[in-house]
Amino acid sequence: MEKTVNIFLFGKKYEVPENLTIMTAMEYAGYQLVRGCGCRNGFCGACATIYRIKGDRELHACLACQTKVEDNMYIATLPFFPLVKQVYDIEKVSTTEAVMMQLYPEIYACIGCNACTKACTQGLNVMQYIAYAQRGDFEKCAEESFDCVMCGVCSSRCPAGISHPQVAMLARRINGKYLAPGCGHLEDRVKEIKNGDFKELIEALMQKPIDEMKELYNNREIEK
Amino acid sequence: MYSENFQKSLKLVEQAREKNIALEPARMTAKQKEDLLAAFHPDYKQDQFDVLKIGPNKGDKVPHELAAILQAHSRITADSVDLEHPDYETDVLVIGGGGAGSSAAIEAHEAGADVMIVTKLRIGDANTMMAEGGIQAADKPNDSPAIHFVDAFGGGHFAAKRELLSKLVCDAPIAIKWLSELGVEFDKDADGTMITTHGGGTSRKRMHAAKDYSGAEIMRTLRDEVLNRNIPVIDFTAAIELILDENGNAAGAVLMNMETRELMVAKAKTVVIATGGAGRMHYQGFPTSNHYGATADGLVLGYRAGAKLLYAETLQYHPTGVAFPEQIFGALVTEKVRSLGAKLVNVNGEVFMHPLETRDVSAASIIRECSERDNGVDTGNGKGVWLDTPMIEKIGGEGTIMKRIPAMWRMFDKYGIDIRKEPILVYPTLHYQNGGLDITEDCMTTNINNLFVAGEAVGGIHGKNRLMGNSLLDIIVFGRSAGQNAAAKAKGTKVGKLTLEHIEKFEKEIAAAGIETEVVSPKLLPDYTNRGKRA
Repeated sequence: MEKTVNIFLFGKKYEVPENLTIMTAMEYAGYQLVRGCGCRNGFCGACATIYRIKGDRELHACLACQTKVEDNMYIATLPFFPLVKQVYDIEKVSTTEAVMMQLYPEIYACIGCNACTKACTQGLNVMQYIAYAQRGDFEKCAEESFDCVMCGVCSSRCPAGISHPQVAMLARRINGKYLAPGCGHLEDRVKEIKNGDFKELIEALMQKPIDEMKELYNNREIEK
Repeated sequence: MYSENFQKSLKLVEQAREKNIALEPARMTAKQKEDLLAAFHPDYKQDQFDVLKIGPNKGDKVPHELAAILQAHSRITADSVDLEHPDYETDVLVIGGGGAGSSAAIEAHEAGADVMIVTKLRIGDANTMMAEGGIQAADKPNDSPAIHFVDAFGGGHFAAKRELLSKLVCDAPIAIKWLSELGVEFDKDADGTMITTHGGGTSRKRMHAAKDYSGAEIMRTLRDEVLNRNIPVIDFTAAIELILDENGNAAGAVLMNMETRELMVAKAKTVVIATGGAGRMHYQGFPTSNHYGATADGLVLGYRAGAKLLYAETLQYHPTGVAFPEQIFGALVTEKVRSLGAKLVNVNGEVFMHPLETRDVSAASIIRECSERDNGVDTGNGKGVWLDTPMIEKIGGEGTIMKRIPAMWRMFDKYGIDIRKEPILVYPTLHYQNGGLDITEDCMTTNINNLFVAGEAVGGIHGKNRLMGNSLLDIIVFGRSAGQNAAAKAKGTKVGKLTLEHIEKFEKEIAAAGIETEVVSPKLLPDYTNRGKRA
């Protein structure tokens, strides 16, 4: 017999095998998931979940697909959270902190409680990346927030009403487009392609009999 | 932390590590690869396939599970909806909210078309989000689109449609530039040079990455751009049937709200199928690295309406799915782990192959190691081989793992395994649908006018096996192209009277072929519930 634990899904008790994740435990209990289930691998943020272990004061946040069940776990999923996403034109956006003041002024109302960081399902220093955003240091904000899956748990805990994942998204796009160094070899190659420099080479490959293609492939030189 | 059962083998791996790092294992010859695949690759297991009895690919072999949904009943009958009063009208209807669908929508919008996205989960719930390793593009001086072409053509067993492949490789640097200009953060050196690595079967280091969140970084950026453009995204709404017009042109889709089951009609001048892959069909009982909705919906929609499939019998089993712990069984361990130097090691601590053979060859080789050769590690839930991740820190220096593959570290850390110090256990997992709907260079299906396809639902770009990093590439190149072409085509299109006659026609074919089935399709979502007695 496999060992089981008692969990409470939205307050209702179910006995489930102890080796399951919260997500597979819900399915074991009979839930056919539509909401709150996306990639099942910790990348999409669909399965944000909050839980508390009976008798413990602390509230935990996690991704249901990446977290094992524990005995006496009280579970509530958070399949949607109303984040505020401001619309902007990436071609015309300011690259200084002015853009934050304009689109996400609430970040300046951060009271420094650090609830966002404590709640992050990815273990990120959320309050720190918001601080970088406030200062217009988008490179650091981008770096610090890079592993964000935009599940929204941070925002659900924020007394200032900040939509942290959207702030970070904006910072990363500004960094990627405007602040990161440009790439010379990419620009050169795109020019060469548009100039038709590879046309002849490719056309030759389009015509080549399969045997010759095999020859070419099997004897190609491989960069170390 | 591995339990006692693993310690003996683990010691052997540790003892051999220095020697194994220094080792340069030979690559297999063409003949060795051929024999290995024939004996051990799942695509070659003849008893796992059915011959299609009806439809445009009648006589072709496809996996049992796919045959069952291709030759199944519709979820509706022709009179279930009112085609005269569409709920939505648009120029371009994009079905699917992953990387291909989002790229298509952005480009259709850019071209001035009215465009909308329908997606059965949320925008971004897609295999794109989970692509870890990177995206190929021949943009370094020692590389060229022609070399990229040869790598991909050979890796796909010389079966790719050359006009599609040439488009893929020639548009690759342009795709990287487009993504960069949208703000995607590729890994770069201080001077802007792209940090690139090898993937299995590449002859040049052309794998661009954004740590090991490459797909997530691309997907969230595309999603942000779709939202910035105010393109309507109808989420939790599946397309369950294509709608044609009286002239046989694609002209919309029947939609179903995934939560309320309400049916709706979307009328469109052109339709883009960007529904992605099929990992959740669990072909041959394999676990999968795919997202929850990967159930080959686009193939079903297209096939029932009369569109042709190409190479639907070929699937990609990613060599390194997680074999342990069981909570993440089948999840993807990016190929980048091997690009960065980790080798595959058997129960005895021996390196048994070159770590960067193509995916089909690597998967077959691991299966052989765990079956015929009996050199697999017993995981308590099947077999696996070691992927010696601590090699990465020895080769690239301490900190390489946290800098280059933080998602991998995080995934195992949650189960008490520190991949910087301990190797991990892997076994092949169902990863990619090589085949799909047959298209021409302009992304339109070969036999249904105004029906476009992009992304994993396409067949023929890669042939019968795909190289790492060519799928993130194809969703961008063909996604954009499908959007541009669908918008252009919509301009001159006058939609005739809408019809669902093809549903009835297909039902008659099912009956005439003597197929008895209870299955309805598209499947939309897998059922993982523990089915006891139900009311």
